Amino acid sequence: MKQSEDRKKSSSKFKDSLLNTLKGMLFPISAVIFALFVSVFFVMWAKNLGFGESASLLFRSLWKGSFGTKFNFMETLVFTTPLIFTGLAHSLAFKTGLFNIGVEGQFIIGMITAAIVGQIPGIPHILHILLIIATGMLAGGAWAWVPGILKAKLGTNEVVNSIMMNFIGMYLSNYLVMGPFRKPGTASTQLIQDSAKLTRFVSPNDRVNTALFIAIGFAILVYILLWKTTTGYELRAVGTNPDASEYGGISINKNIILAMVLSGALAGLGGATHTSGIQYQANQLFGFPNFGFDGITVALVAKSNPIGVIFSALLFGALNYSSAGLQVVGIPSQIASLIQGIVILFIAAEYGFKIIGAKISAKRKKEAVVNE
Amino acid sequence: MSSGSIPGAIVLLTATLRLATPLMLTSLGGVFSEKSGVVNIGLEGIMTTGAFFAVYGSYISGNPWIGVLFAMLSGAIVAGIHAVLSIHLKADQVISGTAINVFAAALTNFLIFKFYGVFSQTPGVTPVPYPRDAMLKIPVIGTFLSELNWFVFLAFGLVILSTYILNKTVFGLRIRAVGEHPRAADTLGVDVYKIRYICVILSGVLGGLGGATLSIGMMNMYLNNMVSGRGFIALAAMIFGNWKPLGSMGACLIFAFADALSLYAKKFGLPLPQEFYASLPYLLTMIALAGFVGKTTAPREDGIPYTKGER
Repeated sequence: MKQSEDRKKSSSKFKDSLLNTLKGMLFPISAVIFALFVSVFFVMWAKNLGFGESASLLFRSLWKGSFGTKFNFMETLVFTTPLIFTGLAHSLAFKTGLFNIGVEGQFIIGMITAAIVGQIPGIPHILHILLIIATGMLAGGAWAWVPGILKAKLGTNEVVNSIMMNFIGMYLSNYLVMGPFRKPGTASTQLIQDSAKLTRFVSPNDRVNTALFIAIGFAILVYILLWKTTTGYELRAVGTNPDASEYGGISINKNIILAMVLSGALAGLGGATHTSGIQYQANQLFGFPNFGFDGITVALVAKSNPIGVIFSALLFGALNYSSAGLQVVGIPSQIASLIQGIVILFIAAEYGFKIIGAKISAKRKKEAVVNE
Repeated sequence: MSSGSIPGAIVLLTATLRLATPLMLTSLGGVFSEKSGVVNIGLEGIMTTGAFFAVYGSYISGNPWIGVLFAMLSGAIVAGIHAVLSIHLKADQVISGTAINVFAAALTNFLIFKFYGVFSQTPGVTPVPYPRDAMLKIPVIGTFLSELNWFVFLAFGLVILSTYILNKTVFGLRIRAVGEHPRAADTLGVDVYKIRYICVILSGVLGGLGGATLSIGMMNMYLNNMVSGRGFIALAAMIFGNWKPLGSMGACLIFAFADALSLYAKKFGLPLPQEFYASLPYLLTMIALAGFVGKTTAPREDGIPYTKGER
């Protein structure tokens, strides 16, 4: 009797949590749909076409350019992979109540580290890959440690500091590329050894490589870390209610530093696998590669859920890759960033929409009472 | 910069003043916004918008002053979005500001394509004129004055004006009140939302002016990524300057000096890699923040949305 009740309870609990997850996803999904809708107006403006024509041109081009052909789908996965890493990096920081806008710089540091470590000759393939993963994570983590410790020990704003670290990271990378590691006559480093290259498992022409599996593996790891371990519990506790967690014996400072370092390690790993799977060398940068900034949107749309990040990264990977092809039909590729900007604006306002919703329903209730 | 006969010290000093100007104007915007209790990390995007529309205004009218007006207006509109999100919709202000930054960068790139059919930079337009030759005729300080532009004078003027407004006027007192203790201000009949809206939009006007300084004050076109973190440096300067106009001005001058040094480093024959000088302003920002934090205090309710009539 009691057992069946318990079972009923747990099954309804499961249903509730599923329902809540779905409800939670409703908002980010409508944000994306709304942003796509708005982007049609920009296409109308750019092309002087009607709404229907613009919408069909935009969405057909986006679809064809991302999932329409096998080659495009493979390239979409190439664009998705780094976004999984940076999306995870942001998610982990968000969960601890931090905003690690320095993911961009940590990603760059990961890229240059792999480009340097990848040049070491005479290491067996598996070891070389492991070395690249380890050093990439270490370097990205170290880059994030700086704003983390400054925030924890001195209370300086992690947002401003990590933005500064982005620029410093970019210039440091450029110095290494154009200085000690320059391949003479070029604006890049030497190619990495074959042993340092991640396997392109579909065909040599498709750039998609094992970094994708590493990314998915780390998404699962971050999920386990956040929800199945004490460390993860502490990180989330600091994110939801720092004062209560301090009272409960959880060190805020320790967890701030830990979250920044882990977040940076994920970003650094993203950069490292981007070098050893795609670029095979580091190039001089004239601006940010933007994988880190795009990760903000990825994490926001996924509501910082590591598994959700995989799908949200796929969405924005598809958008980023296919937008480059929009130029061919005369639509500026900036549409992709515009869509991202609108998505973030919309998600930022979520809380406000909730308040307005609550107000409306409270008003209705009041009216209902009066009517009675 | 044709400054063959000008002494090095004056070159460095005037370059510092020119480079400090966009920072000063923008960080002044940050002061107003944050004094009233709204964190405005979107200043980077606001500068970008201002820089672009300054060029566009000058382009369509042939009059650079119309460009300046466009910059102020566009900055105000973008800041208005941030204001609605942060004040009425109670958004996370850092996320909202980030959205502004992403959106502004994409929008300006889109508009360059739409208006000029090219990517990454606009054609040259009439920049804000400056009577260089007339200035040269002034005795003693003529050389010095000739290397400046109107925005430099404007920035210093506005710093003094803002100090006066914040400290000596009723309006300034209200701004500080809604940033420090909105409930008390509300009780006394101050419209917290209205003051915050005014301040955030004002920060947009100032940030837009800062952007215009970059595009039609110092150059005659808009380049992609031309703001490159200056909005953030202006914010850091504001923190470093203890949320005060004069303090922020001092901080901006220090950062600008580092920037100027990087531009003229080769000339002075300092044997360090150019990337080192390029990262100097950012490094200095971090060191300054680390060294001075604890000695500065943010407005108490900075970044916290206020709900009217809540007990």
